[in-house]
Amino acid sequence: MRIGVDVGGTNTDAVLIDGRRVVASTKQPTTADVSSGVAAAITAILGQVSLSPTAITSVMIGTTHFTNALVERAHLDRVGILRLASPSGEALPPLTGWPAALVDQIGGTLFLLPGGYEVDGREISPFDAAKVRDAASACRDQGITSIAISSAFAPINAAMEEQAAAIVQAEYPEARISLSHAIGRLGLIERENGTILNAALTTLAGHVVTSFERALRDLGLNAPLYISQNDGTLISAAHAARYPVMTIGSGPTNSMRGAAFLTGVQDGIVMDVGGTTCDIGVLVNGFPRESSIAVDIGGVRTNFRMPDILAIGLGGGTRIHLDPALYPAERLDPASLTVGPDSVGYRITSEAYLFGGATLTTSDIAVAAGKASFGDPSRIPPLSAPVRDGIWTRIQAMLADGVDRMKTTRGDATIIAVGGGHFLVSDSLKGAAQVIRPPHADVANAVGAAIAQIGAQIEQIVDYATTPRDTALARLREEATARVVAAGGAADTIEIVDMEEVFLSYLPGRSAQVRMKAVGDLASPATAPAPAEVQHAH
Amino acid sequence: MRIDDRATLADLACGAAFLGSGGGGDPYYSLLLAEAAFARSGGFDLIAASDLDDDALVAPCGWIGAPTVSVEKLPNGRETVTALRRLEQLTGRKIAAVMPVEIGGGNGLAPFIAAAELGVPVVDADGMGRAFPESQMVTFNMRGLSACPSVLTAACGSLAVIETQDNLTHERVARGLSVALGGIAHMVEYPLTGAQAKRDAIQGSVTSAIAIGAAIRHARAARRDPFTALADALKATGLYPHCQTLFDGKIVDLERETKGGFSIGKVIIDGFGDGGRMEVLFQNENLVARQDGKVRAMVPDLITIMDRETADTITTERLKYGQRVKVIAAAAPAMLREPAALAVVGPAAFGLGHDFTPIERLNQGEGA
Repeated sequence: MRIGVDVGGTNTDAVLIDGRRVVASTKQPTTADVSSGVAAAITAILGQVSLSPTAITSVMIGTTHFTNALVERAHLDRVGILRLASPSGEALPPLTGWPAALVDQIGGTLFLLPGGYEVDGREISPFDAAKVRDAASACRDQGITSIAISSAFAPINAAMEEQAAAIVQAEYPEARISLSHAIGRLGLIERENGTILNAALTTLAGHVVTSFERALRDLGLNAPLYISQNDGTLISAAHAARYPVMTIGSGPTNSMRGAAFLTGVQDGIVMDVGGTTCDIGVLVNGFPRESSIAVDIGGVRTNFRMPDILAIGLGGGTRIHLDPALYPAERLDPASLTVGPDSVGYRITSEAYLFGGATLTTSDIAVAAGKASFGDPSRIPPLSAPVRDGIWTRIQAMLADGVDRMKTTRGDATIIAVGGGHFLVSDSLKGAAQVIRPPHADVANAVGAAIAQIGAQIEQIVDYATTPRDTALARLREEATARVVAAGGAADTIEIVDMEEVFLSYLPGRSAQVRMKAVGDLASPATAPAPAEVQHAH
Repeated sequence: MRIDDRATLADLACGAAFLGSGGGGDPYYSLLLAEAAFARSGGFDLIAASDLDDDALVAPCGWIGAPTVSVEKLPNGRETVTALRRLEQLTGRKIAAVMPVEIGGGNGLAPFIAAAELGVPVVDADGMGRAFPESQMVTFNMRGLSACPSVLTAACGSLAVIETQDNLTHERVARGLSVALGGIAHMVEYPLTGAQAKRDAIQGSVTSAIAIGAAIRHARAARRDPFTALADALKATGLYPHCQTLFDGKIVDLERETKGGFSIGKVIIDGFGDGGRMEVLFQNENLVARQDGKVRAMVPDLITIMDRETADTITTERLKYGQRVKVIAAAAPAMLREPAALAVVGPAAFGLGHDFTPIERLNQGEGA
């Protein structure tokens, strides 16, 4: 049996899953130390079914902790930054374009060193071991233990980054090193940015992962711990401690994956309705569709794989702006009505009319219209039927517009409504072939964490003139599959879920940049390698 | 006009991306480079060609190579200045001003670093008015000027002087050198006199790009429709007198292959609701847009695919299945629609089976 935990800003949700069945679930407040909230949630679900901790085979945690640290600029390390690409790239040193405050906080010291590769595999300039050693000792002298190393075209040849890491580690054993090829795709600046952010999170990641592990140990849980990453797949706790940046963005991913699992729907649209927003994402082949636009994290440009989410300001606590004098009107003048985007948020339980407050919210309308049943309907001020239905129709139009903007295929889509405010999505929503509200919809996040898979992605530039396309793609498929197995995936479940091929302009022959992603179910504990041995799964 | 602030540079990058017609590369790295140059040397002056002496030496600058390589193998920073110094040696003249050889994409910002460092002005003009895949697809070639002597430099410090008898051979030699030097190189080409810059360049393209970017930025800030702002700004430039939103939809298919060293392909976009289907063919830049079999726009008119929410330009290399986009067309500058120009950059030059028809005729009665 598996436990899935979602550590959000407000609530820590947990579910217990037996095979494909959710057997227990809970919502607990998130605590400042994180670990006691996690412990409380796990204790609650184990108590619900009177289960011994030894029956648990694995624990998966999704957390927004590292995202928050970057956004709030708290608990970040200073970073020693090595780039192997000179003389190329000297015009754009690391940290170019970063917010000045963040540079002051984590920008330790920069080293532009010879090395790196050309697109055709030649060296830009020879590797210089002595200069790498000098950089390591300079970092040691300044007391900087978090080191970020990047090199030109490292995603297609990582040898120099690994060589540099070995030298730094030998010279400076306390150093904790982040390597760019393990973190990002082609695009040196964005990949290097992600590597530096990752290095800045090193100490915090160690603390958070250790506190998760301590919480589990104190509960008598010996099951391996996995952390969910941005793309809905898992990494070992040990790996997350080294590569925390891979976990940012896992929240929306988990809720979409959870929705897919709870319904069995592989292709459709997920609407996760919270108190303030409705996050709309598209499931393609059971996975969230990724964003095409560069992703800014804490003001820094990165190229991480992130789910493509449209957030609209419409949730269960969203305010309805309409002059109370018009509540009993015989018809609703559309120009007099505004829905949101402001929300009472978590204060809904005191401020909404149906909880004794004095604010008209979407929840009041849903209850008044008979679409949901909670709170005290008698406290909602009298609304004429045309006004009540007019507001409800407006809410549906906003949701339908969001769905239409996210749809990739013509025709009506299957909609999965999850989250605490899912009742706002009407069964007859325009553009919906059907609206599915699975049981446990309110903890879809934790379900998504519990059922996540092992994934691996590779990216390479291939010349089809020298290697036939079929042969090259078959080789890449094998390599992606091998990486999933190395990361703990069960070999017989692995499939390629995404393939992208970009031909390179102006280069002779038929050179293409191929990106391939493979996923598989987590192997049973008997066959899975121990977390410490898990290979990086980018 | 003095340019020394980040906001103007960002506007220029945004406008240049639109004018790239899907090509010219993402200007993000060029923007970072220019910002770094500004931090070191302050800004530069943008002057009209009419401010130049007739015998002044003007150096058009730009990068030649694969956009995908340019995001990994970054510039050293000395490429442009080194090449300009060599051109001065070759001609025995001081360079009076620099100019982007192509305003579209990252190349629209290419000469700013050198301008800031050498303290020479940038001419508010270029040779393409947009982006084109090959170096001879430039007004200077159409008007019979020579690309040579041209100077090609790379991040490693290599430098080559190119002297050829004709401009097509120059393109082939330069292309081969750029591949040998790692897939990306800088080139100073078509050295101009002030008189030629006045007569044979497309005037006002740099300020047009700034105006386009500013219009989109202001619209976003005020939560107005950025596409309406874009159309108004294009018309206001005088250079791009017509603008049309051709289509609004989602990418449902993307075919890309490499032929002759170019990225050639097509993207298929399905309209929202029952909005039909659009197909856009491209060779690095977008060449022709057809809706349900009917041609709606063709080269050299500009066809740019943009994110339908943010109005960010999506270059052909970054098109992806599932993106939600608008297809925007704009009339090419008048110089590109002359018969001599159409022979070099018209549909026939790209092997398309069409005679050039302007977008305003193709879309008569469709509204803006």
